[in-house]
Amino acid sequence: MTQRFTLRAILLASALAVAPAAMAETPADVLVVAAQIDDIISLDPAQAFEFSGIDVTNNLYDRLVDFDPMDLKAGIKPSLAESWEVSEDGKTITLTMREGVKFQSGNPVRAEDAAWSLQRAVKLNLSPAFILNQFGFTPENVDQMITADGNKLVLKLDQPYAQSFVLNCLAASVGSVIDKETAMQHAEGDDFGHAWLNTNSAGSGPYSLAGWRPNEQVQFAVNEGYWQGAPAMKRVIVRHVQESSAQRLLLEQGDIDVARNLSPTDVDGISGNDKLAVQDELRGHILYMGLSQKDPLLQKPEVVEAMKYLVDYQGMEGSFLKGQWKIHQNFLPEGYLGASEDNPWTYDVAKAKQILTDAGVTSGTVKTMVRDIPEYLNVAQALQASMAEVGLTLEIQQMTGAQVLDAYRARQVPIFIGEWGPDYSDPNTNASTFAINPNNADDAKLSQLAWRNSWAVPEDMNKATIAATLEGDTDKRVQMYLDLQQEYREIAPIIPLFQKVQQSVMQKNIQHWTAGGSVSNVFYRQVTKG
Amino acid sequence: MSGGNGTTGTGGRALFGPRFGRNLRAIGGVLLSLGLTLLGLLLITFIIGRIMPIDPVLKVVGDRATQAQYDAAYQAMGLDRPLWEQFLRYITDVVQGNFGRSISTGHPVAEDLKRVFPATVELATLGTLIGVLVGVPLGVIAAARRGGWIDQIARVVALVGYSVPIFWLGLMGLLLFYGILGWVGGPGRQGIIYDGMVPTVTGMILIDSLLAGDWGAFRDAFSHIILPASLLGYFSLAYISRMTRSFMLEQLSAEYIITARVKGMTERRVIWRHAFRNIMVPLITVIALSFASLLEGSVLTEIVFSWPGLGQYITKALLAGDMNAVLGGTVVIGTCFILLNLLSDILYRVLDPRSG
Repeated sequence: MTQRFTLRAILLASALAVAPAAMAETPADVLVVAAQIDDIISLDPAQAFEFSGIDVTNNLYDRLVDFDPMDLKAGIKPSLAESWEVSEDGKTITLTMREGVKFQSGNPVRAEDAAWSLQRAVKLNLSPAFILNQFGFTPENVDQMITADGNKLVLKLDQPYAQSFVLNCLAASVGSVIDKETAMQHAEGDDFGHAWLNTNSAGSGPYSLAGWRPNEQVQFAVNEGYWQGAPAMKRVIVRHVQESSAQRLLLEQGDIDVARNLSPTDVDGISGNDKLAVQDELRGHILYMGLSQKDPLLQKPEVVEAMKYLVDYQGMEGSFLKGQWKIHQNFLPEGYLGASEDNPWTYDVAKAKQILTDAGVTSGTVKTMVRDIPEYLNVAQALQASMAEVGLTLEIQQMTGAQVLDAYRARQVPIFIGEWGPDYSDPNTNASTFAINPNNADDAKLSQLAWRNSWAVPEDMNKATIAATLEGDTDKRVQMYLDLQQEYREIAPIIPLFQKVQQSVMQKNIQHWTAGGSVSNVFYRQVTKG
Repeated sequence: MSGGNGTTGTGGRALFGPRFGRNLRAIGGVLLSLGLTLLGLLLITFIIGRIMPIDPVLKVVGDRATQAQYDAAYQAMGLDRPLWEQFLRYITDVVQGNFGRSISTGHPVAEDLKRVFPATVELATLGTLIGVLVGVPLGVIAAARRGGWIDQIARVVALVGYSVPIFWLGLMGLLLFYGILGWVGGPGRQGIIYDGMVPTVTGMILIDSLLAGDWGAFRDAFSHIILPASLLGYFSLAYISRMTRSFMLEQLSAEYIITARVKGMTERRVIWRHAFRNIMVPLITVIALSFASLLEGSVLTEIVFSWPGLGQYITKALLAGDMNAVLGGTVVIGTCFILLNLLSDILYRVLDPRSG
């Protein structure tokens, strides 16, 4: 009897506990996002460099200049700096700070805070510091090069860089303006508050950091006093959900508002659901193929030329890359200053065969090391099939991301298939890696993609890439990049193939969502629920 | 108690006397074996981690770093030192209670472990509980009615439990019970509304919500844990029921059982009082092992259910070459294994007077 009673009690208790939850809906002023955010290692703007990390800092801090989330195409706009002017010699930029803006601590946003934020990023010299160091700043000279004068921030540059170049770099996460007083209260030794800022925020942005539990979630609390108006979403919760199918279930159940990493299959799967909407957004990532110039076969210009016709662009875009990647054969992503829309190559095995036969190449074997990501492997396999038709054998070696990166950094990958994501919103971010190689020696150990593919970039192209950063006239600058890309298409053994399309899937009532387009990162402050 | 000199001393000796020394030695022995086991475990993990072809520096400085930045980080992480020195440094830090900082989460490892370990313990405990409550009776009945329909069912259940990938079963479970029926909560430990509402005491949300007296939070947490716990429970059930069955079969064919039956005892009494009692010692070992394996080995379940636990933490750290996190996790798991072993040793003594 007792036993039976206990059993019944347990059953009853569990029935109560798991009583069917009604179709949930998130609160009207809370935005709940599911994404893969296990790459975050720091939320200090001086270190944050991972995709998910800068997605966070973008909403905690303001920068001197920024993009408008409602109109990304408009380009850089004033933010904490309301205006700026360039000196006659082009080597000094003076930015005037907006009056009356306060940090979330209540401290006023001063030119001094801006100067300190940039200085500390240069001095800490962590991953994203190079974005600022391009202008000649070093830990030693930065106190003289970046100074505050009343409400003016003065940047002294080592060269007369294009204004657009400088502003685009200041709009990067590393250019975030931090509340100096608050951060320095938490400084340990000479870390400028770095340890504390890794897991806390001290900005003037639309949100403050309410909590970050690694591999679990990031939570934002609204800044009611935000100078551009308080956001509609009072709380934003980004949950780490690794699996696409789990993200999809959460979305279908109404437990989340936006899912950011649905696989093509799952996006297809929800297409009939009239409660959900899919938003396609072009991002900055370029999927490319690098042909190492150390490989005797790939060294031949004719082989490089033929490879361009051995990629079934349309076929891939229409099948396994569907909805996720768009044909794009230039190193500057669409949405960037100077981006080119020319995509001249098509899948043409006969033409490739002709080029190779004319050059006397009828057979050969080459290896590719591919990261174990389905898209990359599919591209490699398709390439393997079309190369076989012209007598070339492609050996595919599948590896983890870290292994491929190690081999690539050691210049040991004959054919590299993978993606490149821009670091800031200026064309130089891609030009300076695709189209420049200051030293092609093995022991130079550079990080440029051109170097990793052992490609000695012709001296005039090296020069043209640098010259484009110094051109003050934006129209001329655009033309320089267009010319550069045209030449690149003709001679480079690095072949851009596709540009990333990000599909965010969300509840129909979510409005004004943006993942940041190709030039920026996710913004939450303009999001509303209809 | 004779004589006036030092009654307390004599009394104390009588109380703690030879037994005190023996207990002390026993405790000392346990601590020593704990320390040595952990040290060996750490050494092996450390060496494997260091010879793995994964570059932890890249995780820190990123792919775009200049060689100078890379070298600076390489030195700051102490990677330029000989292996033995790195290990020695690590051990010295650990002894002082410093597990270092994880490079894949940016947090101190101790803080990470405090967060992920309770999540795993909560899940593994509930899973093992389910496994024991269902698996043991199932195994006993299957043995008692050998070849009967319950035995057949138990066999199929166990076979499926062994062979179906947990990943698939987890997703199907989510689809059915969360997606279609809506009986349970989705991936994650808590619903959005309850997140952060209950003060953290143990880190186990079920317990913390009870401590706070928040029934809503408890219900929510229970609806989230029940599916992954049942899944883990199912897998441990498969193992436990099979082992229980074979232990029982062995006992039931023993002579004392025949004697008991001849004496006219009820079958129920024969099975539960006589046979089952005798399998409890090996069964404890099986249960302890199964619990321990759930503590470290539920990575896939954790991934499917977005459960921020220890398995996921260590796996991710290993893939990033994040040795501080891996070693910290190893210490925790190693300690658990040793303590579970110890606990089953103690239980043996309680259950079986012969093994005193």
